[in-house]
Amino acid sequence: MSKKINLTINGFPVEIETGKTILEAAEKQGIKIPTLCYHKDLCVAGNCRVCVVEVAGQKRLSAACATPCEEGMEILTNSLKVRNSRKHIIELLLTEHNADCTKCYRNGNCELQTLASEYKIMTQDFIELVPLKKYSIDAYSPSIMKDDSKCIRCQRCVRTCAELQGVNALTVAHKGDEMKITTFFEKHMRDVVCTNCGQCVNHCPTGALVEKNYIEEVWEAIADPKKHVVVQTAPAVRVGLGEELGLQAGSRVTGQMVAALKRLGFDSVLDTDFTADLTIMEEGTELLTRLKKALVDKDDSVELPMATSCSPGWIKYIEHMYPEHLGNLSTCKSPQQMFGALVKTYYAKARNLEPDSIVSVSIMPCTAKKFEAFRPEMYDSGYRDVDYVLTTRELAILIKQAGLDFDKLQPVKFDRLMGESSGAAVIFGATGGVMEAALRTAYEIVTGREVPFENLNITPVRGMEGIREATIKIEDPVEDWAFLDGVELKCAVAHGLINAKTVMDEVKSGKADYHFIEFMACPGGCLGGGGQPIPTNPEIRQKRAEAIYAEDGALSIRKSHENPEVLKLYKDFLKKPLGEVSHHLLHTKYTKRERY
Amino acid sequence: MDPIQTLIKDLANKHGRTKESLLPIMQGVVERESYLSERSMVEIAREMDIPAADVYGTATFYSFLETKPTGKYIIRVCKTITCAMKGKTQVLFAIQEMLKIKMGETTPDKRFTLLETNCLGWCHKAPAMLINDNVYTELTPEKVREILSGYMKQNGINQN
Repeated sequence: MSKKINLTINGFPVEIETGKTILEAAEKQGIKIPTLCYHKDLCVAGNCRVCVVEVAGQKRLSAACATPCEEGMEILTNSLKVRNSRKHIIELLLTEHNADCTKCYRNGNCELQTLASEYKIMTQDFIELVPLKKYSIDAYSPSIMKDDSKCIRCQRCVRTCAELQGVNALTVAHKGDEMKITTFFEKHMRDVVCTNCGQCVNHCPTGALVEKNYIEEVWEAIADPKKHVVVQTAPAVRVGLGEELGLQAGSRVTGQMVAALKRLGFDSVLDTDFTADLTIMEEGTELLTRLKKALVDKDDSVELPMATSCSPGWIKYIEHMYPEHLGNLSTCKSPQQMFGALVKTYYAKARNLEPDSIVSVSIMPCTAKKFEAFRPEMYDSGYRDVDYVLTTRELAILIKQAGLDFDKLQPVKFDRLMGESSGAAVIFGATGGVMEAALRTAYEIVTGREVPFENLNITPVRGMEGIREATIKIEDPVEDWAFLDGVELKCAVAHGLINAKTVMDEVKSGKADYHFIEFMACPGGCLGGGGQPIPTNPEIRQKRAEAIYAEDGALSIRKSHENPEVLKLYKDFLKKPLGEVSHHLLHTKYTKRERY
Repeated sequence: MDPIQTLIKDLANKHGRTKESLLPIMQGVVERESYLSERSMVEIAREMDIPAADVYGTATFYSFLETKPTGKYIIRVCKTITCAMKGKTQVLFAIQEMLKIKMGETTPDKRFTLLETNCLGWCHKAPAMLINDNVYTELTPEKVREILSGYMKQNGINQN
């Protein structure tokens, strides 16, 4: 136990552990000190100054986020001096901020706007600097838009890109009044090492970084009677969407989400979970095939460990940073792209539709998925496999625009053919989930028995630690997999690209002896994705994870290889995992990219 | 390896490859190349194993690390308040008229680049400017014309 110290906040006594900041002490007292540059995911910057408080005996105000508590401190968080300073700071921030709020994508969910509203900034006492500066908008990326006129230079995005992701696509350049957040040589985001993960978007307090939205395109498709609009929804969306619609973090809204999508006018509401299960069939078989080649055939060309390939942010990261290791990636497309390829082939045929009359929309917790859908490899159906990708936030906008009272919607089930889900598919949305789903299936294929964990819950791969390891010993396998008898299958899970870097450096140096590694670009996995509701922070990620595992536990089918629709797909169309049709539609190749 | 790579490798061998070596390496490149090109920044990042964006961020922070090609002589006119009060604007007009370039530009013959700088510490002899490493103070339009003529003669430039 660390030592406790005593202080007062606004005259009331507080006891708190040493090392805590004034901001944390105030929070404990139920006092909210406004912040902008502060974020629970990131290191303290102390540059926006809106959290200033008065400390008795000190002439100057202190930033609450950056000042540790001391014994006997007397802190005032709402004195006249504090209020006036804070108000001036907000006013000054607004002089440099394009405050044309009604035309801003973040209107209604902007931390600066909220503060301006709370402090009733009604007058303009300072010269507005926005018209004097040559701000630029970068709208070339298919995933992210960057508008410098709305940037308050709090640097949350820069810290996110460096600390959480280790990508460092964004930096602070120039100084003084010319200081700005930019990329290497001020290139467009699409032309630098940006992975499109969207964590910068999720951490931006204003509208300076937002997703490229495709809302109008989707409404137009829905309104076109000649188009059959199909929508798929990723596992993590159902545990995040509620937050955007006024519900508590961790609310499970699967049935209401399906009901809402039907009322929005989608012709068919299907589930990415279906292709998550399919991914397990393909990827699990791929892993076992690689293991066989390595262990039985002694084939040196087999690249192990095999790495998962569901997270498009991770894919772009490895393409930039470890291009020599692209052979380690599973060749499986992500569930979104498998779904897209099947919608315009298998689904079109079964429903007797012309593939070019189908508009394929996906709802993702992700901004990198927008980029992924644009990749030139993703036209295997003969058409663009996924036409539009919307984030969880964009879906919430659609629902609000349609005037749906989300709370009152009665839960509805997904449509058939590609709408069935196993619990294994649901947990794709959490870090460790793909690993757990793969193990549930692979172990059973190899041994004929269920994984030796209570209620199928492989708890060692769950949790929020950045890197986790697990070993499963294979004993008494069935005849086909006899060579795996006694093999200890070594697995690792990494989420957040900074952790992916640590694991990849070990793989690169030959120190890692894993067989299989799950990588997710975003902290917490997809449930903490760049397209998820804002704010996302450690507590919220935890709640969404609990919701994901509850959703898994509540389903009758918990294993991918028991999904009846997946079995039907193999019987009617694909024939077998890694077969010819799968190879053409469900697998892909990767592109070496420059690191600098 | 091309000359830029060799130069940067040599500088990194001399100064080290930790973060604090970034500035001396960049200064070394500017000394030889007069500015930091995109190419040199990429090579510095590669050599030091740091993000290219960080190299760019650091380079643009410092006034004396140029990131655009410059002329042989870089004229840096002090833009701060004392020099402004003592006639910097007239001096600037004289330079622009004589070299036929605007602030931030380089003469077509690549001899002169005109830039502004923050306080040079010569407020008591304002207005002040630098031409490469030489300081010129108590400037007037006449004086600055004379100074520039000197540089032009030195380089055999016809003033008509």
